[in-house]
Amino acid sequence: MRCGEGASGAASPDKATDMAIDQATVRKIASLARIAITDDEAAAMEGELNGILGWVEQLGEVDVTGVEPMTAVIPNTLRLRDDVVDADPLTGGNRRDDILANAPEPQHGFFGVPKVIE
Amino acid sequence: MTDLTNLTVAEIRDGHRAGDFSAVEVAEAFNANVAGAKALNAFIVETPDRAIEAAKVADADRAAGTLKPLSGVPIGMKDLFATNGVQTTAASHMLEGFVPRYESTVSQKLWDAGCGMLGKLNLDQFAMGSSNETSYFGNVISPWKRNDGGNAALAPGGSSGGSSSAIAARLCPAATGTDTGGSIRQPAAFTGISGIKPTYGRCSRWGIVAFASSLDQAGPMARDVRDCAIMLENMAGFDPKDATSLDLPVPNWEAALSSDLKGKKVGIPKEYRLEGIDPEIDAMWDAGIAMLKDAGAEVVEISLPHTKYALPTYYIIAPAEASSNLARYDGVRYGLRDLPQGAGLQDMYAATRADGFGPEVKRRIMIGTYVLSAGFYDAYYTQAQKVRALISRDFTAAFETCDVILAPTAPSAAFGLGEKTADPLSMYLNDVFAVPASLAGLPAMSVPAALNREGLPLGLQIIGKAFDEQGVLNAGLAIEERAGFTARAEKWW
Amino acid sequence: MSDYRIKGETGEWEVVIGLEVHAQVTSNAKLFSGAATAFGAEPNTQVSLVDAAMPGMLPVPNRECIRQAVRTGMAIDAQINKWSRFDRKNYFYADLPQGYQISQLYHPLVGEGSLTIEADEKAGIAADKVIGIERIHVEQDAGKLMHDQHPTMSFVDLNRSGVALMEIVSKPDMRSPAEAGAYVRKLRAILRYVGSCDGNMEEGSMRADVNVSVRKPGDEFGTRTETKNVNSVRFVMQTIEYEAKRQVEVLEAGGTVDQETRLFNPDTGTTRTMRSKEDAHDYRYFPDPDLLPLELDDAFLAECRDSLPELPDAKRARYLGLGISAYNADVLTAEVENARWFDALLETGAEPKAAANWVTSELFGALNRLGKDIGDCPVTPAQAGELLGLVADGTISGTIAKQVFEKMLETGDGAAAIVDREGLKQTSDTGAIEAEIAKVLAANADKVEQYKGGKEALFGFFVGQTMKAMQGKANPQVVNELLKKALS
Ligand SMILES: [Mg+2]
Ligand SMILES: [Zn+2]
Repeated sequence: MRCGEGASGAASPDKATDMAIDQATVRKIASLARIAITDDEAAAMEGELNGILGWVEQLGEVDVTGVEPMTAVIPNTLRLRDDVVDADPLTGGNRRDDILANAPEPQHGFFGVPKVIE
Repeated sequence: MTDLTNLTVAEIRDGHRAGDFSAVEVAEAFNANVAGAKALNAFIVETPDRAIEAAKVADADRAAGTLKPLSGVPIGMKDLFATNGVQTTAASHMLEGFVPRYESTVSQKLWDAGCGMLGKLNLDQFAMGSSNETSYFGNVISPWKRNDGGNAALAPGGSSGGSSSAIAARLCPAATGTDTGGSIRQPAAFTGISGIKPTYGRCSRWGIVAFASSLDQAGPMARDVRDCAIMLENMAGFDPKDATSLDLPVPNWEAALSSDLKGKKVGIPKEYRLEGIDPEIDAMWDAGIAMLKDAGAEVVEISLPHTKYALPTYYIIAPAEASSNLARYDGVRYGLRDLPQGAGLQDMYAATRADGFGPEVKRRIMIGTYVLSAGFYDAYYTQAQKVRALISRDFTAAFETCDVILAPTAPSAAFGLGEKTADPLSMYLNDVFAVPASLAGLPAMSVPAALNREGLPLGLQIIGKAFDEQGVLNAGLAIEERAGFTARAEKWW
Repeated sequence: MSDYRIKGETGEWEVVIGLEVHAQVTSNAKLFSGAATAFGAEPNTQVSLVDAAMPGMLPVPNRECIRQAVRTGMAIDAQINKWSRFDRKNYFYADLPQGYQISQLYHPLVGEGSLTIEADEKAGIAADKVIGIERIHVEQDAGKLMHDQHPTMSFVDLNRSGVALMEIVSKPDMRSPAEAGAYVRKLRAILRYVGSCDGNMEEGSMRADVNVSVRKPGDEFGTRTETKNVNSVRFVMQTIEYEAKRQVEVLEAGGTVDQETRLFNPDTGTTRTMRSKEDAHDYRYFPDPDLLPLELDDAFLAECRDSLPELPDAKRARYLGLGISAYNADVLTAEVENARWFDALLETGAEPKAAANWVTSELFGALNRLGKDIGDCPVTPAQAGELLGLVADGTISGTIAKQVFEKMLETGDGAAAIVDREGLKQTSDTGAIEAEIAKVLAANADKVEQYKGGKEALFGFFVGQTMKAMQGKANPQVVNELLKKALS
C-alpha cells in the first residue's frame, strides 16, 4: 500500500519529500500513456509528479474500514436500451461519411494507419 | 435606445417577445461586441452568421406567433460541446480543425429553444485548469483589472474562462459551461457573474468532450440568478443516450424563484474556515450569512469532516478517468496525426499525443495512468473512491440539519496570468471549496457577492441537496438581491 | 491408458488447458450503440459515432445482450450476479477506437458454472467429465485490421467494433486436445440451443484464446501461453498439440516458457509470439464511469429462465429414455436444428427408435447428397411422419419407403399420395406371392438343392428374388413365412 506509507500526514504540497517516482518510472508511465517525452521533460515531470503524488498520499490516513468505494455519485441504476438497429441516427450506423469526415488518412472507406505487424 | 448587450437573458427574451427590438438587432449588437473584443481571446471560433440566422428565425417566429422559450437570445458555447459543422477543439491542438457531424444534446436543446450561437468559447485545454492558461489557442484574459493602477492581465478562472470573460465583458448574455471540479463556479466568481452546476445527471453529457466522466456536468453561466434558471431549464432533461442521465422532469425553476428563505436552514461548514485564508474572503462569507438571515433563513453550523481530503481525492479520480477518456485521441480517426518518418503505429500514437496535448493535460494523463497502474490501483483509486463515499456521506449527514450550504466559491479573487502556472499544486488548491460538491454530484452555484479591496469580484457558493437546484437558486437570489452587485469591468479592450 | 501424455526425453508430460471462448452475442444492435451487427457489410458502414469513439460519445447497454448472457449462464448452471458492473481495459491499438475495451473484470455478470463433455473412447476420453467454467463476462469486440491492401498501411474497419461478446472462461480443467475439442463443441451446442450465439466459427462468431501449459504429472501448474483467436475446433486441438510439444522441448532443453500471447498459423499448424501485444500487460482496469452498476431484478431473471429451451444434456437423456441408441442420441442432439426437427417428427407420433434410425441414415444421407442442411430440408417433419406411418402400419415396406422418400424429395408431394399414384402399396396377397415363389424356386433349383443341403444363408437370396419379382411391394414378413413353408 502506497498511500499512508511514507505520507507524512498532511504533506505540504510544495514540499513533497517522498520521491516515489524516478525518471525510469516516468518514462514507463509515459510509454503506457503513449506520450513521447524528452529527457528534459522526464526530468521536469519527475519533480511535478512526485509533488502531486506526495500530496495525494495523505488519503492513506483516512480510515475507510467498512466503506464501499463509490459507484454511482447520485443514486441511480443503469438503464438498458432496446435491441433496435439505428433507432436514433445519433447512436446508429450507416453514416460512414460522418465517421470518416475527419479522418487524417481515409482509404477506400477505411481508416489508414501505418502498417501493423501482429 | 439602450445598449442591447447590457440586457439579461430574461430582458432580451421578454423585450423581443414584446416587440421592443428585433432578434437581429440583438444578434448584431453582440456580434459587434465579440468582433471588438479580440484582446480578451474569449472565442476560439466566432459564428456571427449563425447568430444572425437564428435571430432571423426568431423574428419570423415572433411574426408567426410561434416563439420558443429563448427565441432571440444569442449565447456563447463553450468549445467543449460538439457543434455540428463548427470546429470543436476542447482548446487542444489535438482537435484543431475537428468539425463534428453531430451536435451535443445540451447545445441542441438550446438551439431548439431558439438560441443563436455567437461562437465557440475558449477554455482550459480539455477543461483541465483553473485559469484558462492551458488553452492551445492562448490565454483568455479577464475584462477585470485591479484598481492598483497596474495593468496586470488577470485570469478569468477556468476551465470555463472564455464563458466567464465573455459574459462579464458583455460579449454574450449567457454561455454554457462545464464543471468537473469548479469549472463553472470559480470562473463565475472571478468575473463577477453567476453560474450553476446542477445535480450530476441533470444535463446530458452526450456530445461534450469528456474530461472526468463521473464529475463532468454542464451548466449555465450568466449575469444573474434568473438567467441561470432560464438557461438551465433549457439545458437540462433526460437523455437516453447518456446512461448517467437522470430520468426526471425538468422543474420550472424560473417560475418558482423566491428569495424568501423563511423556514430554511443554511449550513455553514466549519471546515471551510481555512487557516491563513484571505480575510476578505471570510468577511464576504460573513456578509453572506447576514444576507441569508435577512432573507429569513436560520443559520446553523455544520461539519463536513472529510473536507481536507476532497482535493487529493479529486486529483486521483479526475486524472484517472481523464487518462482513459483521452486515450481515444490517437491520430487514427480524427484530429491530429503526427507520423514521423518510418514510424509504426505505436510511435505514431506517442508522437501524436506528445504534440497534441499541452503540458497540463499530459501531467494529468500521467498521474491518472500511474494511479491506475498495476500495484497502485487499490492504494490510490479504490482508496479515493472510498474517501469520496465518505465525503458524500458528510453532505448527506449535514443535509439532515440544513437545506443549503453557504461557503466561499474560491479562496481568492482572480490572480494574475502566470502567477500560479509554475506550480501545479498551488493552482489545484484554488478549487478547494468547489471540489467537494463535484465529488458528491450536488448542485452548486456561485453568485457575485462583493468586490475586494483591489476592486475584484468575489463569489459566494451555495451547495444544495441532490435534485434541489431550486433551493440553490433561491438562496442565490436572496444573496443577489442583498449584495446589490452592480460593478462591471471597465472597457479597456 | 487413455491419459494424454507427451513423451519427452525426461519422461512423460501432462498438458493443462484452459479456454477463454469469445462468443458473439446474437443481437440486432451492438452492445453499447444502435449500429447493426450483421456479418459482411461494407467497411465502416455499421459504425455509429459511439463505436468510432468520437469525442463526447457515451455507451448505453443493450438489454438483449445482457439477457442472452444471463440465459447462457443459466444454461451452464452458473451463478448469476444480480449486481455487476463494467470496467475499462485500457490499451492502445488501431482496432480499439476508445483506447479501452469496455469489459467486466471485477464484477462479472455470470460467475461459476460448468458443462459436461461425454465419454468418447475413440478420442481417449474415458468417462464423462465435468469442465468448470470460471465466469462469463460481457464485453465489446474490437474492429478489424487489414494488412494486405496497401504496401505501407493497414486498414481499419470498425464494423465489428462494439459488437457484444460473451467471454466464457473455463477453469484449467482440460488435459488433452480431444477434451478441449469436446468442450468447444459442447459449449457451441449449448450456445446454439440457448440462441445466444450462432456459433459460426468461420465468421468469427466464436473463437478461443487457448491457454496451454505443461507439467510433469502431479507437479504444480507450469507457465502458460495464451494463443489468441483460434477459430475452429480443429485449430484449437492443433494449437494445443503444437504448444504442448514446443513447451516440452523448451523445458527439456533447459529453457523456460515465457508467459506470452501467441498467434496460431492455420497454414502451418504452428504458433508464434504475437509482437503487437507484447508490451500491453498493464491494462489499468477501473470501473467505467460512464456506466452505473448493472442491477438485475427478479422479473428479468425469471423471464431469462422461463425462456430457456430444453438443453443438449436433457434432450439426450430424454432420447435415451425413449430407447434411442446412444450413438443416435449424440448425433441428433449435436446440432440444435437437427434436434428440433427430430422433436417435431416425434410429435407426429412417429416411433422414436425407427424415427431416429430413419433421420440419422435416410434423411441425413439425403441431405448430404443434396448438399443441404436441415434448415432447407425439402421434407417437413409432418411429411416424414406420414412416410414413417405408412411403414409402421404395413402399407409400404422399408424398401418401398426409400423409393417414396426419393420421390418426396423430387416432387415435394406427400408420401401417401405418391404411394397411391405409383401403386406402391405393399401386398399380403398370399396367392400372388406363392405364385412368384414357385417361379423363383423353379428357376433356381440348384440353389434350392444347396439350401436343403445345409447352406441356410441362401434364404436371404430367395427373399430378395421374391421381393424383386414382386417389385418390392410384397410384405416381407409374409414372404418369409411362405418361403419357409415352400422350402421345408
Ligand atoms: Mg483472453
Ligand atoms: Zn475478452
